[in-house]
Amino acid sequence: MAEQNKQSPDREIGTTSHEWDGIQELDTPLPRWWLWIFYATILFAVGYCVAYPAIPLANRATAGVLHWSSHGQLATEQAKAEASRASFRLAVANTPIERIPPHSELMRGAVEGGRAAFKVNCVQCHGTGASGRKGYPNLTDDDWLWGGDIKTIRQTLEHGVRQPGDDQTRMSQMPAFGRDGILNPDQIQDVVSYVRTISHQEHATLSAKRGAALFAANCAACHGANGTGNRQFGAPNLTDAIWLYGGDRDTITQTVTNARYGVMPAWGKKLDKASLNMLAAYVHSLGGGE
Amino acid sequence: MSSLESRRGGLYARRPDIFPKAVDGFFRRLKWAIMAVTLAIYYATPLLRWNRGPYAPNQAVLVDLTHRRFYFFSIEIWPHEFYYVAGLLVMAGVGLFLITSTVGRAWCGYACPQTVWTDLFLHVERFVEGDRNAQLKLKKAPWSVAKVARKLTKHALWLSIALATGGAWIFYFADAPTLGREFLGGKAAPVAYSTVAILTATTYVLAGWMREQVCNYMCPWPRIQGAMLDERSLIVTYKDWRGEPRSHGIKKAGAFGDCVDCLACVQVCPAGIDIRNGSQLECITCALCIDACDQVMTRLGRPRGLIDYATLEDCQAEAAGKLPVPLLRTILRPRTLIYFSLWAAIGCAMVFALGQRTRLDLSVQQERNPLWTRLSNGDLRNAYTIHVRNMEERPRVVRLAVAGLASAAMWDSLGSEKQAAPALSFTVGPDQVERRRIYVRAPATGAEHYQLTLVAQDQEHTKVTKTVRFERPEEGQ
Repeated sequence: MAEQNKQSPDREIGTTSHEWDGIQELDTPLPRWWLWIFYATILFAVGYCVAYPAIPLANRATAGVLHWSSHGQLATEQAKAEASRASFRLAVANTPIERIPPHSELMRGAVEGGRAAFKVNCVQCHGTGASGRKGYPNLTDDDWLWGGDIKTIRQTLEHGVRQPGDDQTRMSQMPAFGRDGILNPDQIQDVVSYVRTISHQEHATLSAKRGAALFAANCAACHGANGTGNRQFGAPNLTDAIWLYGGDRDTITQTVTNARYGVMPAWGKKLDKASLNMLAAYVHSLGGGE
Repeated sequence: MSSLESRRGGLYARRPDIFPKAVDGFFRRLKWAIMAVTLAIYYATPLLRWNRGPYAPNQAVLVDLTHRRFYFFSIEIWPHEFYYVAGLLVMAGVGLFLITSTVGRAWCGYACPQTVWTDLFLHVERFVEGDRNAQLKLKKAPWSVAKVARKLTKHALWLSIALATGGAWIFYFADAPTLGREFLGGKAAPVAYSTVAILTATTYVLAGWMREQVCNYMCPWPRIQGAMLDERSLIVTYKDWRGEPRSHGIKKAGAFGDCVDCLACVQVCPAGIDIRNGSQLECITCALCIDACDQVMTRLGRPRGLIDYATLEDCQAEAAGKLPVPLLRTILRPRTLIYFSLWAAIGCAMVFALGQRTRLDLSVQQERNPLWTRLSNGDLRNAYTIHVRNMEERPRVVRLAVAGLASAAMWDSLGSEKQAAPALSFTVGPDQVERRRIYVRAPATGAEHYQLTLVAQDQEHTKVTKTVRFERPEEGQ
């Protein structure tokens, strides 16, 4: 059998004269059509170079007769995506904000749109997880300065906090009790003791008892007789576990002495109605929405 | 350069014309039968219906790329269960090893689509242009109306078969009757038309023009077979100990071997080779040369099987005058048995896994930014994104409950904290994934891990449990 194992004589194929361990390599010719395909690929490459950006020049590559570019393609895709979203954005913009959450389909889309808008406009202060940081409220918790229902959130978003020239802006004016000489440093310490007592951080002391009287006289008007705050004035609840600037003695002393004047842009000037509604829906969905 | 210049044949060669002669016999009939079965499976499968209720397609075999589902009769595969398809591929691979080590390239010779369609195209060619001799004559004949008519008929028939091949393919990816109507009405998706066009072109070119060159130049399997065959694999073999030396006529027979050099085996070969040169890369073991040689041997009054399925070992034994190994022992040898057990084990494991799978699934991703939120009453809240997969073809009401976390309550982002409760019920659509963001509230101290259990309300035994963490601030935060 082995002797028969050779190529038929009519083929006349030599070897490449390469030999390795007694194994020789046949020099079988390539099929002719393979060569034509090879030429066709060269032609294709030439055609490609003419049609598409290909040859690098000093500043940019040749444009190609089709004038295709990745930037152009992106712009086309973006325009397409924008167009496909247009009707949905219109629906979100034209629906009164309090009617969005019960409409589950609209709400889902609005939350996703809000998530995207939040990443662009809000994360700089409130953080990517919307959990805020010192001075910038945590939007995921259940404590709200101005109110946590979706309509109120929408209002705060549109008009911002302490924006001059906007008569609906959120404006809270806590006096700088120390700096303006309303209370002396000892009195301030007494007020701080009282505040730390009602927030269950300290046990009642003599100082806190003195502070209670000072609190009733100076603070209760806005923060309420029990210190539970008043959303009408944006006065925070002083009895809960959440502190915007911090609940330790030093920080509260700072706050009472100098007051705090946080600001937020009035987004109504920068964003369209759809985006405002979407952002409100997103913030409302973060867990603390009322 | 000198070695290149000294070549006899040149760097490139034209394909030699091959006009395989028609032949009849056992293997030819076997091939007809296999061709009929494989083509019937290919064309008829998309037409089979399977009732899955109102929420799922009723096509028995369907690859639904849009919705990412694979339907196979009663089995439905989701993308995350793709390992079943991978398992099938592994089985196909091991099966190929098994078949090849037993009966050589039987896949190539009988069942490979390239072989089946080429065989069909060759038959069409013979139907239009006549058998080998007529085809040779037609090739030499000057161009005439009759010749052009024959060529046109042949290519038209080839193209129609190719079109039917490409046309059937798309029916595996959409509801066949609907797509068929849309396709004929010009309303189908452009991808349907381009797929049909591409497959029509490849079928026409590969089966009509390329034929054995696909196997020789494009397919890796002929190269792999060398590693798969051994001296006990049944391959199409010319028994040279019986045939040599060749005689050239009946009268000289006797002093010579049985081979009369009639070239019948060469003329029927679709690969255009001479099997008498031994096992070759080009041989797809279609066994038509066995049929051709058997006819000649019968006519000469000699025993059949000068060319036959035989192992290398048997050939050597027979040449030495010994008896060949019985067929059963050739087939049932350790190598094939190991391949078979491997193949069967994977198959059994897959059937078992299929029987065990739950058609309800829960995945829980912890919200990592923020990990926890402190609530005004001092409690903590964690957020999770859950995905509930309802893999049954009907809507189901499921109940998600917290277990092992004291005084815990939860609600989802579509509700509010006022609705907080230890469990949450909602409906998941048929064959759908429900994605929800859930909030779990618990006291600032308590268990670190707890369970989320998901129960399908209509089938209490369908229960999925996931252990998740309840994140709390580190000391001093």
